[in-house]
Amino acid sequence: MKTITATNDFVVKFANINGSGSASANELFAKAILRMGVPVSPRNIFPSNIQGLPTWFEMRVTEEGWLGRRGGVDMMVAMNPQTWDADIKEIEPGGYLFYDSTRSMPASKFRDDIRVIGMPLTEICNAHYQDPRQRQLFKNIIYVGALSILLGIDPEEVEKLFTEQYKGKERLLSANVQALRLGCDYAREHLSEPIGLKVKRSDRVGDRIFVDGNSAAGLGALYGGATVCAWYPITPSTSVVEAFQSYSRKYRVDPATGTNRVAIVQAEDELASIGMVVGAGWNGSRAFTATSGPGVSLMTEFIGLAYFAEIPITIINVQRGGPSTGMPTRTQQSDLIACAYASHGDTKHVLLFPEDPRECFDFSAQALDLAERLQTPVFVMTDLDIGMNYRLCKPFAWDDAKQYDRGKVMSAADLEAGKDFGRYKDVDGDGIPWRTLPGTHPTRGSYFTRGTSRDPYAKYSEKGVDYVYNMERLLQKFEYAKTIVPAPILHAAKKKARYGALYYGSTSPAMDEAIVTLAQGGLPVDAMRVRAFPFADSVNDFIAAHERVFVVEQNRDGQLRSMLVNEFGIDPARLEPVLHYNGTPITARFITGAIKQHIEKTA
Amino acid sequence: MTYLAKPKLHHPSLPVNALGFTHRDYEGSISTLCAGCGHDSISAAIIRACWELSIEPHRVAKLSGIGCSAKTPDYFLGQSHGFNTVHGRMPSVLTGANLANRELLYLGVSGDGDSASIGLSQFANAMRRGVRVAYIVENNGVYGLTKGQFSATADQGSKSKKGIVNTDSPVDLVALALQLGATYVGRSFSGNKEQLVPLIKGAISHGGAAFIDVISPCVSFNNHPGSTKSYDYVREHNEAVSRIDFISSHEEIRIDMAPGAMMNVRQHDGSLLRLRSLHSSYNPGDRYAAMAYMQRHQEMGEILTGLLYVDPLATDLHTALNTVQQPLNTLGAAELCPGAEALEQINAGLR
Repeated sequence: MKTITATNDFVVKFANINGSGSASANELFAKAILRMGVPVSPRNIFPSNIQGLPTWFEMRVTEEGWLGRRGGVDMMVAMNPQTWDADIKEIEPGGYLFYDSTRSMPASKFRDDIRVIGMPLTEICNAHYQDPRQRQLFKNIIYVGALSILLGIDPEEVEKLFTEQYKGKERLLSANVQALRLGCDYAREHLSEPIGLKVKRSDRVGDRIFVDGNSAAGLGALYGGATVCAWYPITPSTSVVEAFQSYSRKYRVDPATGTNRVAIVQAEDELASIGMVVGAGWNGSRAFTATSGPGVSLMTEFIGLAYFAEIPITIINVQRGGPSTGMPTRTQQSDLIACAYASHGDTKHVLLFPEDPRECFDFSAQALDLAERLQTPVFVMTDLDIGMNYRLCKPFAWDDAKQYDRGKVMSAADLEAGKDFGRYKDVDGDGIPWRTLPGTHPTRGSYFTRGTSRDPYAKYSEKGVDYVYNMERLLQKFEYAKTIVPAPILHAAKKKARYGALYYGSTSPAMDEAIVTLAQGGLPVDAMRVRAFPFADSVNDFIAAHERVFVVEQNRDGQLRSMLVNEFGIDPARLEPVLHYNGTPITARFITGAIKQHIEKTA
Repeated sequence: MTYLAKPKLHHPSLPVNALGFTHRDYEGSISTLCAGCGHDSISAAIIRACWELSIEPHRVAKLSGIGCSAKTPDYFLGQSHGFNTVHGRMPSVLTGANLANRELLYLGVSGDGDSASIGLSQFANAMRRGVRVAYIVENNGVYGLTKGQFSATADQGSKSKKGIVNTDSPVDLVALALQLGATYVGRSFSGNKEQLVPLIKGAISHGGAAFIDVISPCVSFNNHPGSTKSYDYVREHNEAVSRIDFISSHEEIRIDMAPGAMMNVRQHDGSLLRLRSLHSSYNPGDRYAAMAYMQRHQEMGEILTGLLYVDPLATDLHTALNTVQQPLNTLGAAELCPGAEALEQINAGLR
């Protein structure tokens, strides 16, 4: 049998049971490899469940730095009897199986084209620990120790990580180190036959950070000056607010009084959470909520109100598989249309598409600026793949000279000076009117905010001319938004390319890899990453400049493609959908396969 | 809603309050509700209460949902910012507004459809959280704008204008507010200004969630025999627990009434509610007794009115969240943004 040999370029998958403490052990394993200077890209594949159901941790070790999911498994760490058969099947021929050999298994449960490495984990645990919980938790650490030896990961790196994690908690530190060493020692003694997968020190990580997108979005909202956060727990967005809360405890407490410079309220439902955000935005606080598809559905009426009454609000939508309850713990990009045109009547909303945690940070902070500048709802369209997985990305950056853009807000002095105040009147061509905050001036600037039609001075009006003026002005404002939202990024092929590809958000790492693979195969493709809606005119130009453009998305219906057709009036035949929507993150293999197949078919 | 502005001119001898404002300075646009609508009387009571309290009109934020009641904030306090939100969701918008600026006074005006049907959950949760608000429900038991359907507060057995009998049990917002932890709970009648004005003043001066259910007859769709929310029915069946005098903190307290069953309730802002009891055994400081007493009277077909419960030293959501005194909407980057150096430390912890 020929086994796979690879250095710094392979996929290890851990099959575990939810709630067994495996997640932190697996993350530790990933971080140890990073500390050796080798990029990794892990993904949690978890069920909508608290305890007992299968969960997987798939980690790509990638010297080249490809952070998308590769597909295929070179080594399976099979710790879950429930999923054994399927897990074994998934291993590439010549791959490796690492399993708990405490209980003997019939030969029929294995494959003869893989290398099997058994270690009596349960037996070792039972010999060393009495407490059932400890037996379970340390089993994970023990296999991390054994795998370190097998793969050539320096156990010192893991011990250093423990030291950082358990600073001041000496007992926990020594218990974890002991468990790790148990695993290492066993592997050195009993699993000495070398395997073909190796981790070798490198310098490819640089100054990048390893963080999940939800934490980054929560931190971005904090840096962006959000002072009111109202939310309702929903997977996979909950950890956005948890991060915001946790950072607020550290950075938003007034040192003199111990009081909080932030108000965070867990609402009774999404109707109330968005209502609170609307109320706070109306009253001049930067306010946001984090939610997912079902939450957006519930918020839709308020989103229409905020659009029409022109109230700044920020919604971080961590997308999951829809429709309905859909796949709550799986990833998709399937809320684009629901968010872009949320509400009855004619509406259009600003969407931002971050590609990784760094952009989750940047765009969450920027969304608060855009919302106030444009006086409208702004969505940060992240997803479960970015939000709930650790991802290697550029470090966060902030310019201390930057001021918050509070938009057009009239001060008491402006009003006192007699500045004309027409709440819904465009004064300088960008379609954005001035607003006033409640309580500003004793006799000037008050108005009645409502979701009904009104004239430029906020007086109720059902006159067609007033209504049309207002609706046209909102369009003009949306047109202006094009000039201030994040611009698309072009990755031009080295050779002249007949084909183009448009993509966005979490598709980015897989796309980067696919483009290189395609070019190597003699198929240069220009790629453009769309970062916001409304679309920049350069997206239209990009489409016009190519014979055919692939639109790569993680949904069934090609939602971005529909929006491009709709907004630019493009012939749909020019846009070829490449769609991956089974709930797992899109892979480079999938993209290259789909594009090649299409080109061969039409050539 | 109206597009007619009220004339600004008024008689020079109109009395002024401590700020030098006449009550006309607290008015809004001309009402477009039906002549005789109870809601207009409530608007008048709000104007009176704010004028008597010498509140700066622009320091009030008035919020409403959808329906006849929701239009009324346009008809009072023309210098205040108002927000006519969406149906049943005024409480959440008001909560958010209140979080953004704790220094304004918040007036929430709602209806029985708005708070007891579509918005029951938001009503309940605003009470639970102790949002500082004077929350007034203009309760007519009927959907006016859609021409006469029963609302959730319509009594079982009451008849619609078309003769249909309501078979559903009513939602009693006062009972709910008491159970949910509102710290100021009253019920009144739009036709009883003497009771309503001090009740509203007490609610505005209250430090937590204040709720007043005001029976407000709909002259067009619910003012007929067989209705339990008509002028005649409410006049015949309302039963006040006490008479209320509101004495603001800067007014001299004079005792010019016969002593007896009298209770002074001093709220956190120093204002005083003087309650002259009409029911000798009634104690407005006992939440559970209030619930039982009210429900017993309800069984007898009486509508118990007045200040039913008050915790004079109640605190609010800001206290619970321990937010800074300075309004959150006035904080800038210096107070809110940890800056580049802190971010470098965060980065270092993520490697």
